Amino acid sequence: MGSQGGFGQSKEFLDLVKSIGEARSKSEEDRIILGEIETLKRRIVEPDIPKRKMKEYIIRLVYVEMLGHDASFGYIHAVKMTHDDSLLLKRTGYLAVTLFLNEDHDLIILIVNTIQKDLRSDNYLVVCAALNAVCRLINEETIPAVLPQVVELLGHAKEAVRKKAVMALHRFYQKSPASVLHLISNFRKTLCDKDPGVMGATLCPLFDLVTIDVKSFKDLVISFISILKQVAERRLPKSYDYHQMPAPFIQIKLLKVLALLGSGDKQASEQMYTVLGDVFKKCDTSCNIGNAVLYECICCVSCIYPNTKLLETAADAISKFLKSDTHNLKYMGIDALGRLIKISPDIAEQHQLAVIDCLEDPDDTLKRKTFELLYKMTKSTNVNVIVDRMIDYMISINDNHYKTEIASRCVELAEQFAPSNHWFIQTMNKVFEHAGDLVNIKVAHNLMRLIAEGFGEDDDTTDSQLRSSAVESYLRIIAEPKLPSVFLQMICWVLGEYGTTDGKYSASYITGKLCDVAEAYSNDETVKAYAITALMKLYAYEIAAGRKVDILPECQSLIEELSVSHSTDLQQRAYELQALIGLDACAVESVMPSDASCEDIEIDKSLSFLNHYVQESLEKGAQPYIPESERTGMLNISSFRNEDHHEASMHGLRFEAYELPKPMVPSKSPVTYTPSTELVPVPEPSYSREVHTSTAVPSISNSGSTELKLRLDGVQKKWGRPSYSSGSTSTSESSSQKTVNGVAQTESVSTSTSRAQATSSFDLKKPQVEISPEKQRLAASLFGGPIKTDKRPTSSKVVKSSSHATEKPPVAKAADTASEKSTPVQPPPDLLDLGEPTVTSSAPLIDPFKQLEGLLDQGENVSAPNHGAVNANKASDVMSLYVEIAASGQSGGAVNPVPTNGDDMLSGLSGMGIRTASPGGPAGSSPLSKGPNLRDALEKDALVRQMGVTPTSQNPNLFKDLLG
Amino acid sequence: MGIRFILMVNKQGQTRLAQYYEYLTLEERRALEGEIVRKCLARTEQQCSFVEHRNYKIVYRRYASLFFLVGVDNDENELAILEFIHLLVETMDRHFGNVCELDIMFHLEKAHFMLEEMVMNGCIVETSKSNILTPIQLMEKSS
Repeated sequence: MGSQGGFGQSKEFLDLVKSIGEARSKSEEDRIILGEIETLKRRIVEPDIPKRKMKEYIIRLVYVEMLGHDASFGYIHAVKMTHDDSLLLKRTGYLAVTLFLNEDHDLIILIVNTIQKDLRSDNYLVVCAALNAVCRLINEETIPAVLPQVVELLGHAKEAVRKKAVMALHRFYQKSPASVLHLISNFRKTLCDKDPGVMGATLCPLFDLVTIDVKSFKDLVISFISILKQVAERRLPKSYDYHQMPAPFIQIKLLKVLALLGSGDKQASEQMYTVLGDVFKKCDTSCNIGNAVLYECICCVSCIYPNTKLLETAADAISKFLKSDTHNLKYMGIDALGRLIKISPDIAEQHQLAVIDCLEDPDDTLKRKTFELLYKMTKSTNVNVIVDRMIDYMISINDNHYKTEIASRCVELAEQFAPSNHWFIQTMNKVFEHAGDLVNIKVAHNLMRLIAEGFGEDDDTTDSQLRSSAVESYLRIIAEPKLPSVFLQMICWVLGEYGTTDGKYSASYITGKLCDVAEAYSNDETVKAYAITALMKLYAYEIAAGRKVDILPECQSLIEELSVSHSTDLQQRAYELQALIGLDACAVESVMPSDASCEDIEIDKSLSFLNHYVQESLEKGAQPYIPESERTGMLNISSFRNEDHHEASMHGLRFEAYELPKPMVPSKSPVTYTPSTELVPVPEPSYSREVHTSTAVPSISNSGSTELKLRLDGVQKKWGRPSYSSGSTSTSESSSQKTVNGVAQTESVSTSTSRAQATSSFDLKKPQVEISPEKQRLAASLFGGPIKTDKRPTSSKVVKSSSHATEKPPVAKAADTASEKSTPVQPPPDLLDLGEPTVTSSAPLIDPFKQLEGLLDQGENVSAPNHGAVNANKASDVMSLYVEIAASGQSGGAVNPVPTNGDDMLSGLSGMGIRTASPGGPAGSSPLSKGPNLRDALEKDALVRQMGVTPTSQNPNLFKDLLG
Repeated sequence: MGIRFILMVNKQGQTRLAQYYEYLTLEERRALEGEIVRKCLARTEQQCSFVEHRNYKIVYRRYASLFFLVGVDNDENELAILEFIHLLVETMDRHFGNVCELDIMFHLEKAHFMLEEMVMNGCIVETSKSNILTPIQLMEKSS
């Protein structure tokens, strides 16, 4: 207990800690802290506060901030404390400052000077404290102020200083690589430092450097290898051992660096093989740390140029991980499998059951890791099973962060590996339905494009089948409540384009549905815009086809509602629709051609079709166009005039006509906005099909001159529907994506020669999964087939999967029984339970000290007998016996520090307790040192009690040993 | 950068030590700590000691009533971090002797000093217990 120094803390501080410790709720804690803030505000400004007292105040401030309250009123006092001569006070000051301030805080400048002074100190501990502060507080601007001193300290006599100087330089590199680029060679020097601590620290900056620039450090491969070899051969001081492993944390760091250096470099990798094999062998797989090193070895082996023997060793290690009972090791196994699978894809097959176990485990972490693995091993043969699973999982979780991630993965996999268009649409529907608001809007646009363009096949019937099935599925889904906006937009678009194409549904049926949508989502203007545009398209097709258009009453009321909408966009669309209905079939056909969404639109960027008009206007005395670069403020006036002039002509607002390139009515086109400069930067190429079809109308019916009203800054952003700008893809982009789509298609076509067949096989498979030997089926569909189906055409897919299912069971069972057999033999290498004496079954693990505690409790605090009772329950009979003995020896003087006889007895007992506990205890700590410590602890406990902190029912845990 | 933060939080969700290696505002810290603790408390002993949270991975370990939580980057070796936690507890145990929650509360600064020796810039720099504790013991002697 020498380290305790009798606490030396004031009653006030102890009371504060005590009350925080006993607080039962956050609000109670907050109340205490708010009171504390008031106290500190008063006290800390008092004159002549003794230094010790000040240190306590500073720590109380740390408490205030740690518990979530603002302590900025005291920052300056922490800064002042860094000036103190006493090392303890100085370091406390630095600590508080690093906890309180970020590197850009105004007060930092007051500390730089102190840091500079301390870096020059004769006391190496002061230098170390300053270097700690350097790592936390120095920002890009202040680096030059301390850099020369830090570099000098790299050669300091004390290894602790050298180590921290290395880290300070590392920090500078993180903050501003340019500032220390000329000093990189220093890291090479410190890597060879005779002190392992300095060497180990140097690995941190070197890892960062190698990550960025592998080539420049290839010469260090030999050094890293030889260091790793020495570490593995236990040449480092014993104090670096951890649970019998030699310097495992340094080994792990070295393996990480080697992985980077050996990646894609055969020569470098070959140098590593021997030492990697050695490290593999020397890992103690019965403890966590051994497995941690082992895992890092696997990562390294799967990263460097492959070596068959090492890969086999890695595969063996992985299978041990996967067969383990502890979730942590399974998790590491799944992760390692995901890494190794890139090099040897067939390795997953032998672990299929383990993988499926993990997939179905209730533990979310494990499940997610397994999904990550599945994501990595997805092929066109198993994509439907994997994506189905992912979607099911996606539906089941609430965490939006992960939902977004998994949704985008589903989309990615579906786009890449879709066995059929039909499946793709169905899958996307599910994704949109359940995570529509989380997926990128681009995904929706891609899907619309796919439906419009098909997969680029020549066969038109499959495309129209695709559209029909999309329409059908959307009509089914549309009635569901609360669909995401993006999904509804897409549905409206598809229904508008293709709702009546196959003649299965009447226009009035579809329009009715669209009106329902517009009504149900009346707050969503984007959806309403899409819906009314879809209505327009449907009516246009009807008119063009020569059929009489019956506008449903609900449509009529929708149009009326929207024509007085606050949204000018909706208003415009409503007016456009009204105007369109009044036109004859021929005009409508040319305005709104059926299924023309894929047609390329030529854009005349120079607007040459307006030349005539411009000429005319100039002759009438209009101002000539001045290029933006030559313009000054004077232009505003003239444009205002123009604006006024044209305003009268229309009441409906139009702002996208400018984007419209179709040279249909050149004579009528609004040239007048030539001087209206702000409209020029309209992103011409970026409009979607949606825009093009809808704007075709106004170019005829409206003069379009009202455009000028929109000559306002930021018009496009403010008024344009977000879907216009963000959703619209530039023409060039769309063509390039088309080819991407085409590529993806050729891939999937080869796997599914007949779409219908593929889907039927999928449909068949799914119910099968539900049947009894469910896992094996799943295994077969996940892992089975990939190799074989590659060789054979997919026509026999159904047969294949079922044959696999019959093939697998024996193997699977063998693996299963093997793992079952092995489990009882293997002692569970779980060190985690260490800290939980209540969980471990062995009774002696319970610290006798705690028994005493409970006893004291009973003696002096009758009101809280619970604690003792609980402890007694936990203990075995033997323990309760101890308690009785102790009780008899102690009943009188409970308030005093523990009587000596009780103490002796206890230390005797504790010796026993410890000795029995040690097999399960932390292997590193020697039992001998624990014995006396227990006595210390007892004294400590007594002291605390004197201070007034006693274990009550409110705070029993405060006294519990962390290491049981 | 490896380690983003180290937290010690008890079963009631009360923070006992917090060290962040990247700057977060008070509000962000408060929210983050609340979310993480809720997540970890909901887990059983048998489940993994790792939890994903936003863009962090949390490696946690429970000792008596105290949770040690370390937030790391995605490419960190989780098992190693788990053992790092244990090393930290062993180190505190060597210093305090049968370390308990109250030791950390009464000697918050010392617990921080130990962390300062072990972790810099979010990297594990020192794992030798004697190297970690020597400066702290020397400092105590001098004052």
